[in-house]
Amino acid sequence: MGEVKLFRTWSSPYALRIVWALKLKGIVYETIYEDLANKSSLLLEYNPVHKKVPVLLHNGTPICESLVILEYIDETWNTTARFLPEDPLARATARFWAKFNDDRVVTSIFRAYVTQGAEQEEAIGPALENLDIVEKQLIGKNFFSGESFGFLDLVFGWIAKYLGIFEETGGIKLIDEDRFPLILAWKDKFCDIPVIKESWPDQEKLITKFQLMREHFISTAAGSS
Amino acid sequence: MGKNTEIKLLGTPPSPFVNRVQFVLNLKSIEYEYIDENLACKSELLLTSNPVYKKVPVLFHGNKPPIPESLIIIEYLDEIYPDIHPILPSDPLGRADNHFWANYIDNKFFALFEELRITPGKEGKEAIKKQIIEGSGLLEETFVKLSNGKTYFGGDNVGYLDVVLGCFLGWTKIFEKLNEFNIFDEVRTPKLLEWTNRIRSHESLKDVIPGSEALMNFYMMVMKHKPPRVA
Repeated sequence: MGEVKLFRTWSSPYALRIVWALKLKGIVYETIYEDLANKSSLLLEYNPVHKKVPVLLHNGTPICESLVILEYIDETWNTTARFLPEDPLARATARFWAKFNDDRVVTSIFRAYVTQGAEQEEAIGPALENLDIVEKQLIGKNFFSGESFGFLDLVFGWIAKYLGIFEETGGIKLIDEDRFPLILAWKDKFCDIPVIKESWPDQEKLITKFQLMREHFISTAAGSS
Repeated sequence: MGKNTEIKLLGTPPSPFVNRVQFVLNLKSIEYEYIDENLACKSELLLTSNPVYKKVPVLFHGNKPPIPESLIIIEYLDEIYPDIHPILPSDPLGRADNHFWANYIDNKFFALFEELRITPGKEGKEAIKKQIIEGSGLLEETFVKLSNGKTYFGGDNVGYLDVVLGCFLGWTKIFEKLNEFNIFDEVRTPKLLEWTNRIRSHESLKDVIPGSEALMNFYMMVMKHKPPRVA
């Protein structure tokens, strides 16, 4: 099916979605690690608009944006189990919740993680409200995609690792077992999947990196106020 | 397709996102019922059918759960009526390209217009106008590449990006007038300029986008309810 390369950083949860997708489909690929502080000329050539990772290169053609790449992989390698459901309404619903995750869930939790003091307290409310909505999506289901694992689990998958990292480095507690029992149950099932288990970046390295990132955001904010 | 009383669209005429859905319904000759929403005082129907975002458009198809978000609605309509005027291409790479540029148009290009609206002061506005011009240059390149010498982004027929960008053209005219600049012009974006005239007069779109007066009234309402930043 052609030559496949993935431009990624070692830590990006968006790139991890693509790693999972490629591995689940049994696609052989080469990884090219990017240093975002020093972007390669190749990355700038393949994603001139956003200059971001992940970028999938398939037979020399770049595809950018993680959700776009996921659908591309699903449609191109379509003889193996599909990520998105067949039914148009189910597909529309999946796409809606993917957008909700990327637009609202990630941004609100990120905000709670990179702030402190009163600003952080203010940010926690919206983050929890969005997580309440995520929790509801699991009612009556094994996985976000339903009986079995699929597209939405790839989308929400970052929660299984990175949410804990944001909580620890941000000094906040978001997921408590009384309020989010379904997310916690899903997390266990999700993390049990072999491809997921073997793909997480190193925990200690992630903590160090996101600790530094938080300090950077806080000092930048202080500098500009 | 003929008579179909199953489809309802909740919307408001000045919304370019609602216009996109109307454009696609027209292209696919799908009859539908239009329900007018009052954004200044949101209805129970809107709040219950789109509780997450509380925005129009929302599509109702029979007794199925309602579908919000214009791009998601367009793709849904394309999947349930694939044989009548397909909107997205069938090849995965073509689809990826279309998805990528639609995201760019919504999240980067059109987002600049709201920024322009609320940014105070000449200097601030000039900086954003410059970004909009750069954006239109990118879109010109995209048009040249995807149209491949043909009439539309979609080739011979109106396609996804024609719908996505085409429905903003009522608003681009308003912003051009209010801010005294040309977003599309003969020198920088000749192909796109030609395309803007063609798409605006397309049979399935020409009666959809409201006239300048209606758009200006809506703009004034937005300025009142969501005033610009203070300098």
